[in-house]
Amino acid sequence: MYDIKALYEADSVQHAVQLLLEHPEAVIIAGGSDVLIKIREGKLAGRELISIYGLDELRGIRKEEDGTIRIGSLTSFRHITADPIIRKHLSVLGEAVDMVGGPQIRSIGTIGGNTCNGVTSADSASTLFSLDAVIEITGPDGIRLVPIEQFYLGPGKVDLRAGELQTSILIAKDSYIGYKGHYIKYGMRNAMEIATTGCSVNVKLSRDKKTVRDIRIGYGVAGPVPLRARHTEDVIRGCAVSAETRSRIGEEVREDVHPRDSWRAAKDFREHLCSTMAMRAFTEAVRKSGGEIDD
Amino acid sequence: MTEDMRQFKQVTCTINGVRRTTMVDVRASLTDMLRNDYRLTSVKKGCEVGECGACTVLIDGEAFDSCIYLAVWADGKDILTLEGLEGPSGELSDIQQAFIDETAIQCGLYSPGFIMTAKEILDTGKLYTDDELRKLLSGHLCRCTGYENIMKAVKKTMYKRLGKKYPD
Repeated sequence: MYDIKALYEADSVQHAVQLLLEHPEAVIIAGGSDVLIKIREGKLAGRELISIYGLDELRGIRKEEDGTIRIGSLTSFRHITADPIIRKHLSVLGEAVDMVGGPQIRSIGTIGGNTCNGVTSADSASTLFSLDAVIEITGPDGIRLVPIEQFYLGPGKVDLRAGELQTSILIAKDSYIGYKGHYIKYGMRNAMEIATTGCSVNVKLSRDKKTVRDIRIGYGVAGPVPLRARHTEDVIRGCAVSAETRSRIGEEVREDVHPRDSWRAAKDFREHLCSTMAMRAFTEAVRKSGGEIDD
Repeated sequence: MTEDMRQFKQVTCTINGVRRTTMVDVRASLTDMLRNDYRLTSVKKGCEVGECGACTVLIDGEAFDSCIYLAVWADGKDILTLEGLEGPSGELSDIQQAFIDETAIQCGLYSPGFIMTAKEILDTGKLYTDDELRKLLSGHLCRCTGYENIMKAVKKTMYKRLGKKYPD
């Protein structure tokens, strides 16, 4: 038995909004792989829960008319990895969420929960940052869209106001067409692990594969919330696809990241990871794009 | 409906091929319901926080940790536990027999969970590499066996089902 004060099950998104307004102290439970564990730990014990798990309308992935890929917030990691649209257009996201926990966690864990939890280590977050994802939020006043970088307000805190829930994650066509990405998770073991640091790099190369036309670098656990290496991206955009450019990435990202000491890893080790992982993820993203770095 | 009436909910689901209905406390996990209401004690209570995999069951064919799954969510679902693998006269399934043959069991606490995930893996009918199998089985802990014999049991059953020779 879980220490739950009351459970309200939403039967539609509108009903969920209504329940959230009626019970402002209640916590939303999607898959529960974070919420139920926090109840066991005592952190969320004795609270009211609003379950949105039954809202099948928030499951699944589809490509809209304008090419935007819409990922329903309740889609499980496992279903994201297996989805044909993701495999074709956003393989980096499918690979990233395939590193969450273990197989059973990936059956229950949802991408919406992973992002609403607001933690910097979320395996989906750095990749969603590097894909310029947009969060769709539904609330009493209808729908509003927030770029994922603005959705994170602080550790464990996201931009959800009274009566609101996250309903979709959107990736615009311009954000993925022509891009290839690679995600690296650094942890002490291969499964059932929380990232010490995660790095996701997306690149778009010129037609001849010699120039980096665009680069987007997302990090988890390089700061209190996931972040983008904007400074490095500005420096690297337009550079040649070369070993020098890769080294430059490794140096420049140190300006962007600000990790801290924790029991998982020391600050200087994390800085080293941020640098090395960006270089390795860049190499892989270039390779996936059909380019080559001469060593 | 008043709030106190919401503390219990009628849950109808298919368990091991049989349609069952019961009233569950909304605070119950699926592990609680399967063990307490249906006496399906193969569903083990290990860590109860989704780490060890001892409580693994298949829900609509996919492996889940039943300890971090609310019982009320099971309404309308198709659930399979280890008890559902045995034949009509209590015969063991091929994967259960393989766990015995390969000594993949010591204390046995974590075996049902492993076997349920193995069931899902084997039912795909695919041939996996060792690395793939390790990843697919990585949601389970076992402090006795050291995993090698578990790998062997799953791998041998996989080869047998596909009619291929087991590579020594």
